[in-house]
Amino acid sequence: MANKVSNNTDVVTIRFSGDSGDGMQLTGNQFSNTSAIFGNDLSTLPDFPAEIRAPQGTLYGVSSFQMQFGDREIYTPGDDLDALVAMNPAGLKVHLEELKENGILIINTDNFTPKNLKLAKWETNPVENKQLLEKYRSIPVGMTTLVKTALEDFDLTPKEKMRSSNMFALGLVYWLYERKLEPTINFLNKKFKKKPVIAESNIKALKAGYYYGETIEVIKTSYRVKKAKFDKGKYRNIMGNHALSLGLVAASQKSDLELFFGGYPITPASDILKYLANYKNFGIKTFQAEDEISAMTSILGSAFTGNLAVTASSGPGIALKGEAIGLAIITELPLIIINIQRGGPSTGLPTKTEQSDLFQAMYGRNGECPCVVIAASSPSDCFETAFEAARIAIEHMMPVILLSDGYIANGSEPWKIPSVNKLPKIKNNLVNSKDKEDFMPYKRNEKTLARPWALPGTEGFEHRIGGLEKEDLSGNVSYDPDNHHEMTLQRQKKVDIVADSIPDLEVFGDNSGDLLVLSWGGVYGSVKSAVKKSQDHGSSVSHVHIRHINPFPKNLGDILKKFKKVLIPELNMGQLLTIIRAKYLVDAIGFNQVAGKPFSSNAVFNTIESILKEK
Amino acid sequence: MSDIQKLKKKDFVSDQDIRWCPGCGDYTILNTVQKVFPELGIPKHEFLIISGIGCSSRFPYYMNCFGFHTIHGRAPAVATGAKLSNPDLSVWVITGDGDAMSIGGNHFIHVLRRNIDMNILLFNNRIYGLTKGQYSPTSEVGKKTVSTPMGSLDHPFNPPALALGSEGTFVARAIDKELKHMGQIITEANSHKGTSFVEIYQNCNIFNDGAFENLTDKQQRGLTRILLEHDKPMIFGPEDNLGLVLDGFRLKVVEIGKDYSLDDLLVHNVHDKNLANLVSEMTYDDKLPVPFGVFYKEDKLTYEDMMLDQIKESIKLKGDPDLQSLINGQETWEVK
Repeated sequence: MANKVSNNTDVVTIRFSGDSGDGMQLTGNQFSNTSAIFGNDLSTLPDFPAEIRAPQGTLYGVSSFQMQFGDREIYTPGDDLDALVAMNPAGLKVHLEELKENGILIINTDNFTPKNLKLAKWETNPVENKQLLEKYRSIPVGMTTLVKTALEDFDLTPKEKMRSSNMFALGLVYWLYERKLEPTINFLNKKFKKKPVIAESNIKALKAGYYYGETIEVIKTSYRVKKAKFDKGKYRNIMGNHALSLGLVAASQKSDLELFFGGYPITPASDILKYLANYKNFGIKTFQAEDEISAMTSILGSAFTGNLAVTASSGPGIALKGEAIGLAIITELPLIIINIQRGGPSTGLPTKTEQSDLFQAMYGRNGECPCVVIAASSPSDCFETAFEAARIAIEHMMPVILLSDGYIANGSEPWKIPSVNKLPKIKNNLVNSKDKEDFMPYKRNEKTLARPWALPGTEGFEHRIGGLEKEDLSGNVSYDPDNHHEMTLQRQKKVDIVADSIPDLEVFGDNSGDLLVLSWGGVYGSVKSAVKKSQDHGSSVSHVHIRHINPFPKNLGDILKKFKKVLIPELNMGQLLTIIRAKYLVDAIGFNQVAGKPFSSNAVFNTIESILKEK
Repeated sequence: MSDIQKLKKKDFVSDQDIRWCPGCGDYTILNTVQKVFPELGIPKHEFLIISGIGCSSRFPYYMNCFGFHTIHGRAPAVATGAKLSNPDLSVWVITGDGDAMSIGGNHFIHVLRRNIDMNILLFNNRIYGLTKGQYSPTSEVGKKTVSTPMGSLDHPFNPPALALGSEGTFVARAIDKELKHMGQIITEANSHKGTSFVEIYQNCNIFNDGAFENLTDKQQRGLTRILLEHDKPMIFGPEDNLGLVLDGFRLKVVEIGKDYSLDDLLVHNVHDKNLANLVSEMTYDDKLPVPFGVFYKEDKLTYEDMMLDQIKESIKLKGDPDLQSLINGQETWEVK
């Protein structure tokens, strides 16, 4: 202890990497929760292979968890690494390039066996390469051996003991960044309530890692990242899919409608079904359907009979739901379709992130079939976006597509918990018995264009709906040409009119200037921090991020006109770009990456700067 | 209750023109349902009829109650969502052989397996009518149609056998020309709690006319079909002179009074699944009559009752909903 020096540092980017069975996600989540509770702002990026247990030791079997934490506002999981924890040769191979020179490198040397080195395509053992180790502040530790020794007295198999190596690594990192062990100890005691010996062995390994850092002389310094400045209030750490699920529950409570969720397991959307299935005491009904189509059509039945009906999937599943989404649009039923986007096309990259389903949401149906589309921008923003989806669906009697993505679905950040009492009520269009006399299924509310919601079981309101074109007002089947044209216009107008109830956009930066960066969805963090950096460098650049994509907020057109250039960074080949160019006739520029991973903030920053330099 | 008793057939007739071809078997089914519904003791506004796509699926438009004409094959899934969201409704699915057995096969087997309380009426005409006469998944092998000029190659489904194989808890068959029998079966289907499946043979007089003529023609039907009744011996024949016995594991036709007496005949038992399987397999067996009536019936918990029990159990375990505490979660910190 006497030798210990504590260095203050502002912001740290760290990555844990190892085999997909090494518990890297759990380790990363523990570190981020503990850092959040300590008071840092942070942003996380879990990254794991599609296979549950990919072949051990291989490069493609590497599972990693990156996070950036600091004493200021953090928008992204960070670019280059200040610290890398490599539990095996493959983890080191995949991520070493991103470690900054003189960065901290923690290695579990016990896993650097000839077999693992070969699998990871190391020609020589990096642990024996002095030159390489000296480039970084390297901490090579035989974690497995130390853990086995620490757990000598435990009645566990050698394999079970080895599984605690990740806790040793976590303990060491806790010492390095001066974190408390209590949150993780509490977590382990709760998780292994029924197997106390497993809880105890993990806690022992965690402490062994911590004391190792304290005891040995190799590490002369630990690092102190101070608390960030947050607004007053109560906070928690939250992942995107969790926030989204809570937003749906909140909307159900605030609309006095029971929540019905029909879903079919698909990565990365499955967790929504998992969360909601645990909230049954809120009267929530979850239905794991036989396929994506059934998940979607079950919510059509549910919406017709009066529940807040929701489904969630990812691109391939949404493709299967397409026909039924069309039925929801022509029958004008209030429901929510959530797409947690992943890499495409086809099965694509199931565990990686992308924004390439915007066109699918906008146009992926037969006929003239407009649908409201909104998108979440960060893990905690999923709460508000889910609530907003429900508001629009219920108030306007129509389906709403909500886009999220794998990055914000699995990423986490601190969230200022909203006060439930301050959430607005959501008004519905349920019929009153006094409306019985002049009830017509397609007679619209003048302001919202909503049609009345007459639930089966309501006496005197018997009527039929369906997928055949509807006659205006009566809702009877109609093949009349003029009626079809009129109803097509009405369905479009119904989407357009939603713009009346959404707030004007606010510009981050000046309201006019050389460059506007326009973004949507999960790229919010990297774009915002890039723009901020550019502004700090004195550049004339502003940022607008949109939640509502169809329809756009009313003032978007005016904002676009006030800038000389418009840049739209997207994790696709330019989908919002195409829509913006078509709608506003603006010569916007795209910055596109389809690599299954989020933008690095630096890449966006460099693009901004190089566009500004062009004449 | 007085309102319900006063319900008449005309209360269920909608103001829409019926667009089925004149002479279609669908008319008699519509008529029968409109006659049966007022007698079920259910208020009119609690009926919900859900259909898919095809000639039969226009049915909801002609019934003056709540209805949903959905998309091809998906009616059982829509009905699932409707019933789970409001278990008080009397939910009816109207479907056809293409709708239920082909494009909607997956939903069909899963709704039966889950035993959600609803009634499925499958109008089987063994042809695609609305698309002008292609063979269907219940058409006989070798059927020549516009899409199979040299004859169809696939073996047909036998819908009751599929329903039994899907763990169905009520499986029955009726035919469009025998209205009274059809009415009885529909009434019995309604009183069963769980998914009730009724196959109704229905003549398409445009594209597959006479498909069931041997079963409806008064001269022939004595030999070609058998009406099954629970706890009654399996008798048929022009003068009720034939019966079925068990020969090893197979059914065999015998003449009563020749080598066998009435007491030797098999007695139908709707609760015996082995027997139900044997009965359903008679359908395509040339040596045996085609069975009608209730094949099988089983009391089993419904999905929606178990779902509501779980909600109650969850409230007992976790307490009444408290949104703020749910959102707060386990670990929070305060910034002052």
